[in-house]
This record gives sequence, structure tokens and C-alpha cells, in this order.
Amino acid sequence: MGSSSSSSYMRNIPQAQVLIHETGFSAAHLLRLYERFQFLDKGSTGELRAQDFTAIPSLALNPIGDRIIGSFFPPGQEKLDFPSFVRIMAHFRPTDPNRSRDGTQLEPVNSRNKKLRFAFQLYDQNGDGNISRAELLQVLRAMLGVQVPEEQLQSIAERAIQEADLDKDNVISFDEFRKSLEKVNIDQLMSIRFLK
Amino acid sequence: MGSLLQPQIKALRGLFCILFVLLLCCFGGKCELQESKPLEPVDSSTVKPFQNHNDEPQAFPDMERENLPVFTMDYPRIQVPFEFTLWVLLASFAKIGFHIYHKITIWIPESCLLIAIGLIVGAIMHSVKEEPPAVLNSHVFFLYMLPPIVLDNGYFMPTRPFFENIGTVLWYSVVGTLWNSIGIGLSLFAICQFEVFGLQDINLQENLLFASIISAVDPVAALNVFEDIKINEQIYIVIFGEGLFNDAVTVALYSMFVFFADMTVVESTDVFLGIARFFVVGIGGILFGVLFGFAAAFTTRFTHNVRQIEPLFVFMYSYLAYLVAELFGLSSVLGIITCAITMKYYVEENVSQRSCTTIRHVVKMLATITETLIFFFLGVVTITTDHEWNWAYIVFTLVFAFIWRGLGILVLSQIVNPFKTIPFTFKDQFGLAYGGLRGAICFALAFTLPDTINRKDLLVTASIAIIIFTVFLQGISIRPIVEYLNIRRTNKDLNTINVEIHTRTMEHVMSGVEDLCGQWSHYYWKDKFMKFNDRILRRILLRDNRAESSIVALYKKLELQNAIDILDMPFGDVSAAPSIVSLTDEKKETSRPKKKFLAADVRKMHDILSKNMYKIRQKTMAYTNKYNLPDDSRTREILIRRHTSIRRSIRAQSFRERQAQNISQAQKYYSLQPGGDLESAFVLRRRSHGGSQLDRLSDHLQASGVSPRSSSRSMLPTNRLNTITEVRNAADQPVPSFAKPHAPEQRGPEGPSFTGREPPVAAPRRHSSNRSNEEEGGQTEPVPPPQLPPPRVWMPDNQDTGENGAGNPLLRQSSQEFGGSKRF
Repeated sequence: MGSSSSSSYMRNIPQAQVLIHETGFSAAHLLRLYERFQFLDKGSTGELRAQDFTAIPSLALNPIGDRIIGSFFPPGQEKLDFPSFVRIMAHFRPTDPNRSRDGTQLEPVNSRNKKLRFAFQLYDQNGDGNISRAELLQVLRAMLGVQVPEEQLQSIAERAIQEADLDKDNVISFDEFRKSLEKVNIDQLMSIRFLK
Repeated sequence: MGSLLQPQIKALRGLFCILFVLLLCCFGGKCELQESKPLEPVDSSTVKPFQNHNDEPQAFPDMERENLPVFTMDYPRIQVPFEFTLWVLLASFAKIGFHIYHKITIWIPESCLLIAIGLIVGAIMHSVKEEPPAVLNSHVFFLYMLPPIVLDNGYFMPTRPFFENIGTVLWYSVVGTLWNSIGIGLSLFAICQFEVFGLQDINLQENLLFASIISAVDPVAALNVFEDIKINEQIYIVIFGEGLFNDAVTVALYSMFVFFADMTVVESTDVFLGIARFFVVGIGGILFGVLFGFAAAFTTRFTHNVRQIEPLFVFMYSYLAYLVAELFGLSSVLGIITCAITMKYYVEENVSQRSCTTIRHVVKMLATITETLIFFFLGVVTITTDHEWNWAYIVFTLVFAFIWRGLGILVLSQIVNPFKTIPFTFKDQFGLAYGGLRGAICFALAFTLPDTINRKDLLVTASIAIIIFTVFLQGISIRPIVEYLNIRRTNKDLNTINVEIHTRTMEHVMSGVEDLCGQWSHYYWKDKFMKFNDRILRRILLRDNRAESSIVALYKKLELQNAIDILDMPFGDVSAAPSIVSLTDEKKETSRPKKKFLAADVRKMHDILSKNMYKIRQKTMAYTNKYNLPDDSRTREILIRRHTSIRRSIRAQSFRERQAQNISQAQKYYSLQPGGDLESAFVLRRRSHGGSQLDRLSDHLQASGVSPRSSSRSMLPTNRLNTITEVRNAADQPVPSFAKPHAPEQRGPEGPSFTGREPPVAAPRRHSSNRSNEEEGGQTEPVPPPQLPPPRVWMPDNQDTGENGAGNPLLRQSSQEFGGSKRF
């Protein structure tokens, strides 16, 4: 896609410049995201719905597929327009290592914190800022094969909470979540390389 | 476990002994019969003249009047098929034998075991001074044994990853094989120049010929080792593709060098001609393959009335492709491979589900038999033929094969790595190089060398030596070496359970988001091809070219009407429905005392997690074992568990579309799969519990309340029972509006028969063939926010479906309908 054709497309993309500035995507990537958006948007309505995501077969094979889809749609919102789509996708850009740790700058969308937040809200369905044991159990159940007996699941979940729960309130708060994962290279885990 | 094995092993040993004895008797019998044959003509010649003279005294007494023989034995008549069957049976027993004890196949590749058994049989035969049946000649091998093996490779090639990585695959297989052949050939020729080894009569052509034979690697056998360690996913497809294409290259080189070997002087024009021929052969083979592939696809468009012979077309057309390519001297291997690849996509859509399964099974079966036979034969021949052993040649062959393969992979990777998104690390390269076991084709090609090659015995011996060496040594040692190299830096136990769970969650998330993004590389040709495919090819070649939803295709692909298999899987110690247990537990959550976890417990947890957590998408497409059909069970499991949520959202989508577009209902309706579908599976499962228990369940669930999250969704009445009429599938009579039976996907808004709750609720779906009766369900299904994943309520019950006396009359009625329509 040469730059000349892309600039003509860019005019069609809503809020292109704002998005580029905010999310750090390049123009070419934005274009590709837009094309993908249009591809997913079968009815050409300009907005995506959860069914459009569900129709992707490989996503159907994902054990936590419905949660992933749900995280694109905040509660109460049925439709997703392109800028929101891009903003969520921006979470998965690889972290920019050269970003100066300037206190005055806004935290970029793809910082480690934001990535962790995204993962956290996958667990935390009711949005109360804590992962309860039930919520953890649900995710665990989804990710494990059917042969695992229920008691094992319970003890695994129990152990997970024990390990992470520092203030002994039986739930995992975001800070505890972050702390438990401090040794993990989140940037590598939660980035899509070609979105750089 | 040990005590269970003993009787089985003993029984098998008994069987083996019987078979050996039987085989020996056959051979003994064969010898005797051959001796007796010369007697007969003598008898008849002496008898005849005397019968002409009626009056003269006869030197021989009259032949006695023969009575009707009550019991005769005519061995020569059945000899050939009988012996063939016995050999195949023996080899198959061997396979059963070593799969009884699973651990063996982890450490020792199957080819090893087969050769070992062959060696044993060969030893027995040798000690009894028998000859193995002289069946393996060039004709038999190239026309009967090679096609099934290659068809199997081609048919089970995962096409999408293959085409996405086709450059890499071709690079390693074609260039790699050429590199190996020429390198080994030249170095061996250099060795032959030394007088001291006594090899001077092997000229360059013969060396090159030999080198091309032994460069045919079969790395697929090493795949199951690689699966357990984190090797680059691209390696999988490179290994697969390499195993496939270097067969083609080897056979092409082989025929070329055989031709050269006969010529005394090779000029440079011959070399150029050889290269040109190489390309012609390759491209020609591909063209024929594509041609026959399309022919097969087109034919299956019309086979909906003759479903029983559908699999036949696949085999006939691919075999035709092979033979026609052979006719023109083109690369038949490439022909049959491309035929299979082309054909597979369209045929699997045109053909019924059962034919599809049949095709897969038969392809696998033929290939496994053939390969087993070849290895087996190798073992036997090793002992029974006369060998010519030349230390220098053989040792140098081994050394050079090793060196050149290693060098080759190294150099090739260095050249191609900069172009790849994920470069091959040294670990990957080592795995690729070391995993290059020689396969059956190597032996067969050597054994069928024309006798005009001098020192043929030496070459055969050398190839047997290298096969046995690589298969046994490399095959057995690759696993420990690779595991040693792959020591994880972080000790697994240092990972907390938390980290393990969360990292896996994140991996799933990323895999999901990547799927959302779609493919981003520069797939210009792929896009063009897909457009061409959609517009032209699909219209011509497919019987039913509805642009079916890809979810439907997915269900079909995973053959989900066999869901009952998964539902039957034994559970741990689930005594009651897990969902109930978990719900009540959640209430008592706060009051549960905290358990202390010992280190052993934690280790056990890690173990459970690592064994049972679903792997991320790429890894679930298993190319692993060459001898097994691809394993879809995990993906099916995931899909079933997510089935209801998928279905709900798709139904909502179709509802919306219907409102928007007013398409005539019949067109959009997909009938059920023959033999029942998931819905029937669920219903039957539930039914067999007895209606009362179900009511109890559903009441309980209702009582325990909808979880706070799904408050936005309406709770539908759970006791709604509708009758079901299963649509007769289109397999029997072509029904115009519902063309192909598809997996249950779109049921349209048939009223509030869908439950907000998952399977435990017995609400048999209504399927009506004419949509005119259905009610407009006023339910707009709201976008499902993330909700409770379907609880695992598929309880293991072994009751036969359909014998359920209890239950609601409506349920019973529907059960009878199901009972009638289920045609497993």
C-alpha cells in the first residue's frame, strides 16, 4: 500500500489523526486495522457487535474466547466503533523501551500497567476491583480440560489466592495481582509483535 | 498395571509364535510343492501314449477310478495372497504389541520397533534357511507401495500453514536435499579415489546416485519429541514439508542419476539437461496433480446420490494422477501430492461426513501398512541377504551424511533467517538436523537399484547400515538430548501457581487478539487466490456453494456429531453435577477453612495445570504423530463447551439479519447432520436422567439465582418443551432448499425455546422444516456479556439413549422421534 493511496483512505477513517497520536500506531497499521474492522463488520454498519467476533472460527476455539470478546464491550455497550476498537488494540502494542519516565506525560496505552489492567478485568467480571475466588474458579474451569475433578480445581484456586493475597481479604486486588506477576515479562507476553 | 499386562503379553507372544510357525510352514510347503511339480508332467506323458492303444497290454495299471475327494488342499492357488496377508498381519500384530505399553513409543520411534521385529523374523528365517518372499522389486515398490505413503503425506498436510511457509519449506527440502546429495556424493567419490579402500570402481555417477538415495530423510518421526518442548511452530511445518518434498526430490534425482549411471561419459550438456529436466519433471508433476485434483473435486459435486462410493473417487483420481505422471516420466510424487492438496479442500465440502471420515481412515491405513511392511522387510532382508561390507565406505557414508546434513541446515538457516519473522535458533536447527532419520523410501530405493550398477550389494548394505544407524541411534537418543538442551532456565517449581495460571490466561488472550487482528503479512497472492477461489472455483467445484459461515465449517471439520464421544469421557470423582457443587460452594466460600498446602500438594497442582490446561491455538493443531490421525479432541472439547454461547450469539446475529433483510427462511436454514446432532446429543443425555431429576436440577439452578453478572439477560422459562421434528438429512434425498447437512448452527429465532441457562435445562429445540410455522420470538438476544462459562454438566452416564421410560410425555415423544431418526 503506497502512501498515496493510504492517504486517500485515511480520510475515511474516523478520527485518524487523533488515534495515531493517542495510540502510537503508525498510519499503515491504522489502515490495516481499519481494513480488518471493515472485514469483520459484515453488515457494513460501521460498528461491530459481539457476534461479528464470535464468527471468527479460531476465536471460537479459544477457551476464554467469550471473555476476550466481552472485554471489548464494556458492560452495557453493545456496539464497538472503530476508534474504541483501535484504543483497545493499542493495549497490545509492544512497550516502547525508550519512553522517558516523565511524570507529566500521560501513561501510554500500552504500558505494563495498562496491559495488566486488561488482563485483570478479564477475571474481574463484576468490576469491583477484586478477583474473588469464584471468578478465579470460572476462568480456571474454562481453561482446564474436563477431566480435572472439581476438588482439584478448588484447591488450585485456593492456593492461587493464598499466594497472592497479601492483605488476607480472600480476594486479589489489582495491586496484589500486579505484585504476583512482577517477575514475569508482561511486555513479551502481552504484545503482538507486528503491531509495533 | 503390570499384572494386567502379563496375560496380554503372553497372549501376544503366543500369537506371534503361531504366526511364525505358520509362515515357516508356508515356506516349507512352497518348497515341497515346487519339488513335486516336475513329477506330474512326467506322469502324464507316460500315461497318455498307453491309453491310446486299447488292446495292448499296459505296462502301467489302469488308473483307478477317482472318487470325489472329500478333503483337498491346494496351496499354490492361494499362495501369493495368503502370504501377503500373513505378512501384513504379522506386521500389524507387531504394531499392536508395542502400543500396549505406551511408554515404549515415547522413547523408541516406531520405525525402530518395526525394524527390530523384522530383524527377529529374519533371524528365524535365516536359521531355518528360508528366503524371504521376493516381492520387493522396483515395479512393486514404485507402483504399489510408494503411492499410499505419499498420498498420506499429501492428504494430511496442513495446507494453510504450509502455504504460508512455503518458501521456507521448499528451501529446506529442495535445496537441502540437493545440497546433501551432491555433497555426500562428491565426498564419497573423493574417498573412492584412495586406492587403499578398494573402491575405485565406483564412479561419480554411482556415488551421486547413492548419495541421492540416502538423503531422503524422514524427520516426521521426530515430531513427537519436539512437541513436548517449546520449539518454534514453524519447525513443525518445515519438518512436515521436508519429509514430503524431499521424497519428490529424491525420486527425481534417483531416476536422473540412474540414467546417468549407465552412461560412460557425462558431458556438461548432460548436466544442463539434467537441471532442465528437473524443473520440467517438477512442474509437470504439479500440473497433472492439479488437473486431477480439480477433476476429482468436480466429480464429487455430483455424487450426492451415491454416497457409498464417494471415497473411491479420491483414491482413483489420486492414483491416476500418479500413474499418468509416471507415464510421462514426470514427478509422480509431486503429482499425487498436489492432487491430494487440491482435492482435499473441495472434496471435503462436497462429500458426506462419513465419506470424509472413511477417506481419512483409509488413507492412513494404507500408508501405515505400506510403511510398516517396508520397515519390516528391511529387518528381514538385513539378515537374509548377502552383504558386502566395506568398512571404509560405510563408515564414511555415515560420517558424511551426518556432517553434510548438519552443515546444510546450518548454512541454509543462516541464509534464510534474516527473511523470517521468527528466526530459527540453534536449538531449532539442531533439532532439525539431528531429527533427520532415514525412512522407508531410502531402503526401498536402494533395494530396487537396477542390477547393472556394479557394487550394488555394497550400496544396499551401506544404505541398510545408515538406516539402522540413524533410526536406532538418533531415534532413541534424540529425546534425551533435546530435553537436556532444553532445560528451562527458570525451574518450574519456582513459578507460583498464580504465575502459571495468569501466564496461560494471557497467552490465550494474545492468541485470541491475534485472531482478531487476522493475518497481517503480505499475502497478496493468497488474497488473489482466495478471490479467485470464491468467485470461480467454488462455483464450479462445489455442489453447494452457499457461503457458509466459518463457524459451521469449523463444526463440520471437527466432526462434532461425534460429540457423544467426548461427553462420555470419564470424569474424576464427580458425584454430582459440578455446577451444583460449585454454586453451593460459592455460597459457603467465606466459611471454608483455609487449607494448608504442602509442597507436594503444590507440585501436584503444577502437574495438573501443565497437563490439563488447554494449549494455545497454534499448538492445538497437532501435526504430531505420523502414524495417527490428527488429534482434534481438545479442540472439540473447547468448542463444545463454548457451543452454547457461540450458538446464542450466532442466532442473535441471524435474527437481526432476518429482520433486516427478509430473506426467505428456507434458504437460510441448515438441516441437521445425519445421525443426530449436538442438540439431540444433549437432549438425550438429559433425558436419560429422568425427567424428575432434570426438573430438580433446573429448579435448583433457577433458585440459586442467576449470577449477578447476567442480570441484564432475561431468564427464560426453563420448562418449556417443544416437540422436535428432526429434519431428514439431505443425504438421502436431495432436498432443494437445504442442500448439505450442516452442523447445527442456525436455528433461527424459533421462539423462546432457547434457554438463558445452559444444557441442564431440558428444552428440546424445535426444528421445523418449514419456517412458516414458527413464531416470531420476541426475544432480542442482548449481546452476551462475559458470563459463566457453560458449567460442566455433561454427566457421565452410560445409559443407552432411548430406553427411558420416565420423563415427560413430551420428552418421551421426542425421544421416540430421536430414536427413530438416530442412525448411527
